Amino acid sequence: MKSIDDILAGITAGQPRAIGRAITLVENQQEGSEAVLSHLDSLVCNYLVLGITGPPGAGKSTLTSRLIEQYRADGERVGVIAIDPSSPLSGGAILGDRIRMMRHAKDPDVVIRSMATRGRLGGLCSAAGSAVRIMAASGCSKIIIETVGVGQSEMDIIGLADLTLLALAPGLGDDIQAMKAGLLEVVDLLVVNKNDLRGAENLAMDLEGVARQREDKYGLPTRVCRTIASEGQGIEQLVALIAELESLHSESGEMNRRRQVSRNREVVDWGLDMIREKLEPLAALHKHEASPQKTAVQLLQKLWLDL
Amino acid sequence: MTTKHRILIGKPGLDGHDRGAKVIARALRDAGYEVVYTGIRRSPAEIAAAAIQEDVAAVGLSSLSGAHLRLFPAVVEELRHGGAADIAVLGGGVIPEDDVAVLLAAGIKAVFTPGTSLEEVVQAFAAVCDEQ
Ligand SMILES: Nc1nc2c(ncn2[C@@H]2O[C@H](COP(=O)(O)OP(=O)(O)O)[C@@H](O)[C@H]2O)c(=O)[nH]1
Ligand SMILES: [Mg+2]
Repeated sequence: MKSIDDILAGITAGQPRAIGRAITLVENQQEGSEAVLSHLDSLVCNYLVLGITGPPGAGKSTLTSRLIEQYRADGERVGVIAIDPSSPLSGGAILGDRIRMMRHAKDPDVVIRSMATRGRLGGLCSAAGSAVRIMAASGCSKIIIETVGVGQSEMDIIGLADLTLLALAPGLGDDIQAMKAGLLEVVDLLVVNKNDLRGAENLAMDLEGVARQREDKYGLPTRVCRTIASEGQGIEQLVALIAELESLHSESGEMNRRRQVSRNREVVDWGLDMIREKLEPLAALHKHEASPQKTAVQLLQKLWLDL
Repeated sequence: MTTKHRILIGKPGLDGHDRGAKVIARALRDAGYEVVYTGIRRSPAEIAAAAIQEDVAAVGLSSLSGAHLRLFPAVVEELRHGGAADIAVLGGGVIPEDDVAVLLAAGIKAVFTPGTSLEEVVQAFAAVCDEQ
């Protein structure tokens, strides 16, 4: 498993070891990652990227596990990228989403990868976007990205998805109020999970009220779906809604438009990373006589010449 | 910190007490590691499959049920079977002193007993991660 050719062959053959290695390469931007990525696009065929966001404890991982179940029953190969925040203090992270998905651990057609945000301003999108492509190249036709719906990097991640689902649950307190404002604008589907708990009905009605006020480009209100992920209830309806939106968006060209936007964002993300890498040592060497802004202009001019 | 700083903590076997495993996971996080935790009652095959997908440098196993002599080497075997013999396996829990040598001989890179300090545990993981 040393050479890039071995890794590429392993990815196409769906080998877990090769897929895992490839994702590590791109996540760490190690030697060979560019070579892997540049060969991938030609391998990729049809796939759907589904984003699942929402506050901690809403049931995102449990929902993901249920969706895996449904898609596997339809014979699809499924990839999951589960993102959790890194600790700002140590840089470490506890990645616990897999706990809820372990029933699929031995299924060779379920590829799960946990990723930490690593406190990056950019970079996370490029890593997650690359992981999506690696999974797609390994034959995954459904790829789910689970991320906590807070912060800018998480919002950017959402941009990678073809369709985004916001999972909420009763009893999570003020989180929901804060989250609703920003996220309701960008999500395609609302899921009220834990429909077995008190307060679920109120939450669903509240969301339906909000959803009615904003129609999507087809004149449809954002749909609200009720689930009990821990019991597997409502999952079939959810899968049907996702399929409906998927065909709507692919026929209207919306899907392609979104992919173009997200690809552009990835390009910028990569570019910014590359610039930062060069800029940081320059800034450290620079004698700071001018204002930071002026210095930045000078250093960038120097960079253009050197690039 | 090297790029090799992903670790999986797993609990094979039937006991349902994961306080110790969680304490270790948090200590490793605080030392800068990304720790994938897979929860209680997992089979060696499930733990190995997860470790390979997550491409971790090391797997830490916790067992309080007394079945470590069977379960820990089984994880080593499953990893080897999956073409991932390079992923280091470490383990701890309620392990009698007499069993330590047996486990080390079976390919477990470090064995922690109730007397091992948290600091020693973190150091042992650091050592195997740095080796890679
Ligand atoms: N009562 C109830 N609990 C659920 C439901 N779905 C998930 N849970 C539980 O909620 C907790 C958090 O779930 P998890 O999937 O980890 O949430 P996440 O943080 O959003 O990924 C777990 O203990 C789940 O078992 C549900 O529909 N009803
Ligand atoms: Mg989760």
